[in-house]
Amino acid sequence: MFSPDNIFTTTIDKAVRWSRTQSMWPVTFGLACCAIEMMAAGSAKYDLARYGMEVFRASPRQADLMIVAGRVSQKMAPVLRQVYDQMAEPKWVIAMGACSSTGGMFNNYALVQGVDHIVPVDIYVPGCPPGPQSLMHGILTLHEKIMEGEINR
Amino acid sequence: MSFEEINVEINQYFKTVEGFKKDGYEMMIDLTAVDWYRKKEPRFEVIVNLLSVSKNSRLIINVNVPDEDLKIPSICEIYPGANFYEREVFDMFGIEFENHPELTRILMPDDWKGNPLRKDYGSGRIPVQFKNAPKVD
Amino acid sequence: MNEEKDLKDDLDFWATNSEEGGWNISSTDEGSQKMLEEEDEKQIKIQTGSDVVDDYVYSEETTDDERMIVNMGPQHPSTHGVLRLQVELEGEVVRRVKPVIGYLHTGMEKTGEELAYFQGPTNTTRMDYLSPLFNELVFSLTTEKLLDIEVPERAKAIRILMTELNRVSSHLVALATGGMDIGALSMMIFGFRERELILNFFEKTSGLRMNHNYIRPGGVAADLPDNWQKDVKEILKIIPEKLKDYDEMLLDNPIWQGRLKNVGILTTEECFAYGITGPSLRASGFSWDLRKRQPYSGIENYDFEVPLLTDSDVFSRWRIKVLEIYESLKIVEQTMDTIPKGAYRIQDKKVTPPPRQRLDESMEALIHHFKIYTEGFKVPPGKAYVAVESPRGELGCYIVSDGSSKPYRMHIRGPSFCNLQALPVIMADSPIADAVAAIASLDPVIGDVDR
Ligand code: SF4
Repeated sequence: MFSPDNIFTTTIDKAVRWSRTQSMWPVTFGLACCAIEMMAAGSAKYDLARYGMEVFRASPRQADLMIVAGRVSQKMAPVLRQVYDQMAEPKWVIAMGACSSTGGMFNNYALVQGVDHIVPVDIYVPGCPPGPQSLMHGILTLHEKIMEGEINR
Repeated sequence: MSFEEINVEINQYFKTVEGFKKDGYEMMIDLTAVDWYRKKEPRFEVIVNLLSVSKNSRLIINVNVPDEDLKIPSICEIYPGANFYEREVFDMFGIEFENHPELTRILMPDDWKGNPLRKDYGSGRIPVQFKNAPKVD
Repeated sequence: MNEEKDLKDDLDFWATNSEEGGWNISSTDEGSQKMLEEEDEKQIKIQTGSDVVDDYVYSEETTDDERMIVNMGPQHPSTHGVLRLQVELEGEVVRRVKPVIGYLHTGMEKTGEELAYFQGPTNTTRMDYLSPLFNELVFSLTTEKLLDIEVPERAKAIRILMTELNRVSSHLVALATGGMDIGALSMMIFGFRERELILNFFEKTSGLRMNHNYIRPGGVAADLPDNWQKDVKEILKIIPEKLKDYDEMLLDNPIWQGRLKNVGILTTEECFAYGITGPSLRASGFSWDLRKRQPYSGIENYDFEVPLLTDSDVFSRWRIKVLEIYESLKIVEQTMDTIPKGAYRIQDKKVTPPPRQRLDESMEALIHHFKIYTEGFKVPPGKAYVAVESPRGELGCYIVSDGSSKPYRMHIRGPSFCNLQALPVIMADSPIADAVAAIASLDPVIGDVDR
């Protein structure tokens, strides 16, 4: 519908992109230690509501963003993929923490060495655990990426 | 606090634990196993950790499991709390517990092959490759 | 009885006299007729039974197809992580529950066998991520027991200070998430707000908000920061005030009481049978605290009480956490005055690397430092089990050493793993609406369950 370099729709492109960034609803996908930091980011002091994202949706159908917070085990991997598949387009993924980005310090039989083996990841947030500020930085980077990127992904 | 450690034979195991339960060891705190691969015979040792809150003492029972037949009686009847622990040992070491109500894998997926905590099971280390890593020349 | 008979007569009448409605008129088969009659009787019984509200119990009459198995999790907002429950329901009533775990299995025991002793706390601290310092403490204590060394008094006091603060922060999260599950959403905001205070102090001391790797075999990683008393004083001032707020909000709140009182009973006998320790055991009227009975790290020198409640329900399990926070703060207050001066880690060349400044001066120090950090220190062969009282119960560590610098086998006895077995007991025969309250009251941390 919108082709990227369409001269007639540049303004509306911008509007669409902007609106996508302003209230991204994350799906609750807390797995381990990082999930606690994600919850801390959502609560009083750091307050994700400033970006319109305080509502962590329990249903993947209502969410745009999956923050994979924590280590993904081999047993969890199919579940994660299923939740991702249920999310409606457009959707983004943030891999929060060393574990979900690369497997972290647990290079062993039980863990998936990075969620990018299962789902496409847009932003990697480093840290073990990344503090709420890091997560917010990741979210803002994602916003930038959306504002600059293509509209039909 | 007193801390004791005893070794029992496998055929005495169930009876011993039962006796200790009657003797005032109310809780089973822990049950685990050690794989003495190529270090000791027999290979597997099951370790049961009992706690008596009335006497404030701990007791560790070591049982050797024969190599030919990796089976040991389950103590779920005596301590229902042994359920998860025995399943964990079954999952991780492949030791079977006789008369266990539901002996299935607990931590690994059901279709997993092998018993991860055995010493001859590799840790599964795989080299991590970073995408678009800058080339070093 | 009479009524039942009347009804049956009625039915018989209609069955034999009506023209179109009679289901057994057309039936010629003897056997099937008999079956149908039996079915009639059943129907009558159920009908008359349902007239009396108190009799509304599903008993033998219920066939199995009224049971329904509902899957809850692993990705569910109120299961405290990736816990999966298979719940067998009969209408609204939970009949059986089966916890399915392993969705966060990280293979930490295997990894622990590959890491040297001084790296061990890095690994164990990530197990129970709400009380990381306790995991480090128990690992360090076990290693020290194997090494047969005693850490300096100051290190002991720092350990107590940090772990008790950690108990407070862990209980605050338990209150927060528990509140959220039950619907007291402001509790969630409050709990995390106060926890930030403690985390700030932890960050100042250890450099990290969680997973500190601060307590290590031989002492602690660094001394307390300058002016630490000021921060701790602030914590000691603010948290009790806020706890009063919570009490004001929840303690006499009729909704809160109605949802939690007499729900999810877990008696002392059941606790014994399933090996449940910690707040759940103390809320059932049995006073058992390892800090008092099997003290570690010099905690016997502090003056505190073990709160005890007797109702064994979800309410008392919630309440006891609040009371324990007060007691922990008491201990923290005492450490402020009594903390001794001296070294914060053991001055044993075998275990402790030389201080940084010495590296520039002496070649031997450099070699020594290098050796400890590449190879690690050797631990004499043996086995040891040490337990501490973590916020969720007895946290034990069992290490088998074969004389090398890595544990031959490292096993952590996590309290949540054991406590989870009580879930079927607590939830059975209670309405599904109480299930979430029951889970929240046990406060399982899935990282500790699956390891
Ligand atoms: S990255 Fe660190 S904090 Fe996050 S899940 Fe992994 S171990 Fe836990």
